[in-house]
Amino acid sequence: MSDRVSDGMNERVDNRADAQVDDILPNGQIVRYSFRERLMHWINGFAYLYLMFTGLGIWSPWLLWILVVFGGLQISRMLHPWVGLVFAMSLTWMFISWAGQMHTTEADKKWWDAMDHYVRNDDEEMPPAGRYNMGQKLLFWGFVFCGVLLLLSGLVLWLPEYIPWNARALRYAAVLIHPSAALLTIGLFMIHIYMSVFAERGAFNSMIRGDVSQSFAKRYHRLWWERVVGSVSRR
Amino acid sequence: MSQATLRIQKISAHSGSVPGEGTQREETVCKLIDTTTCIGCKACEVACMEWNDLPFGETVFGNTYQTMPETRWNYWNLILFNEHEREDGSLMWLMRKNQCMHCAEPGCLEACPADGAIVQYTNGIVDFQQDKCIGCGYCITGCPFNIPKFNAETKRVYKCTLCTDRVSEGLEPACIKSCPTGCLHFGTKDDMRELANARAKQLQEHSNFPHAGVYDPPGVGGTGVMYILHDMTNTEAYGGLPSDPHIPWSVKLWKHPLKWLGNVAMVGGLIGLFVHYIRFGPKEDPDHPEEKQTEPPVAPPAGRPPVALPPEGNAGERFQ
Repeated sequence: MSDRVSDGMNERVDNRADAQVDDILPNGQIVRYSFRERLMHWINGFAYLYLMFTGLGIWSPWLLWILVVFGGLQISRMLHPWVGLVFAMSLTWMFISWAGQMHTTEADKKWWDAMDHYVRNDDEEMPPAGRYNMGQKLLFWGFVFCGVLLLLSGLVLWLPEYIPWNARALRYAAVLIHPSAALLTIGLFMIHIYMSVFAERGAFNSMIRGDVSQSFAKRYHRLWWERVVGSVSRR
Repeated sequence: MSQATLRIQKISAHSGSVPGEGTQREETVCKLIDTTTCIGCKACEVACMEWNDLPFGETVFGNTYQTMPETRWNYWNLILFNEHEREDGSLMWLMRKNQCMHCAEPGCLEACPADGAIVQYTNGIVDFQQDKCIGCGYCITGCPFNIPKFNAETKRVYKCTLCTDRVSEGLEPACIKSCPTGCLHFGTKDDMRELANARAKQLQEHSNFPHAGVYDPPGVGGTGVMYILHDMTNTEAYGGLPSDPHIPWSVKLWKHPLKWLGNVAMVGGLIGLFVHYIRFGPKEDPDHPEEKQTEPPVAPPAGRPPVALPPEGNAGERFQ
């Protein structure tokens, strides 16, 4: 990269668009998510929002009002499976990109055991976490697991006329698995939104502009921060 | 498909009360099919096609007299032909006119997520309202008799209406009118039950069918179409007539415990997160721009330690 210059301590980039993951920007911010990661996250995120809202409208007549803004029951039923494919494809993309970073480590186990402090916002008490903490890893695997179930059961629900009478057990399983898995993702989703939008200031911006402050990295992902700062200063 | 003159006692996916429930003293109607006197002439199949003005489709030859393997979206009434070997080695035809059973507790209606797409009138007829159908096919999953059929062109599901348009005008269904042997009867459920029991008794006592009986399965609350069978112990021989039909347990599990559990969990989750926020609030990050102060506070609030100020530097400036 011709426009990347090193001043001895920090790798600096003049143009934010060229910043790579784990770079430190001139103002000290650390790049956490590349443009590609943010793009796939938001394709997945907006697909999920559509699927959740239309799914809820079909789930219960009490929630039919949601579908008013989505064009009604019939349009929702027509588009839900197609958006489901977008969701499945972007989830696959996320899986390929992130699965390697989502294995549980010893640090994760310690972090998970101290969850109580995290819930009570006693973040100083928390053992250091890596680039992703145990909660984020569980969110990832939860969405991957439910995503597979939702895709398989969704295909059965999408095309019921191709499931012959003899294979009706498939349909019986699908009507139970699809909403169950969807409910699990809604639980994960609510926690995800709460953590990223309301609880950890700076987390939402990391998925919009890609960078987090040094203090954010140090506070919530200390092992990652140490690795980034260490690797940058070694260069 | 006409609901103008009939009141409704059950509605699919409906969040409010049901307008017609308990408002009418009309009796439940019932179709009675005596399989022992059916000759398989298919007049009922033709009459159904005629009255309901259904487009023709290709028939499928499967080495029997049967018109096609199963009912279609445009073929609601199909006689199933089964060659049956009796215990003494002799052969007999088991012919069963297959169509919607108009269950008192319909699995299709239970499974349907579209408000008003499936209704049950006060006279017991279960009817699909295709204009409200969303084509999800859940009714196909809910039905224990494999009756609702999907039309890929219109993306809607169709089935026998028990000629509700005729019945609401005081006429009998078209199939009943066409039957040449009188094996099809139509009337109130009570009258049909009486007639059926008498005929079953006759078969048991005079025609050497000791297991003859009336098919009115309690698993779906009884049906608006009853059969008189030669042998109640072997209903499956009549083209797969289930001996104890009921709404699939997964559909029941999905529509009752899972629905309530899911709704309670979702509302509980929202309340829980809100309570957490007003109890613990957001996580504090002294370096966050919103929490950064350009001047030190005049005096720390009583009872709280002074806020640790971040070191001077460029850490909080936004990259332009």
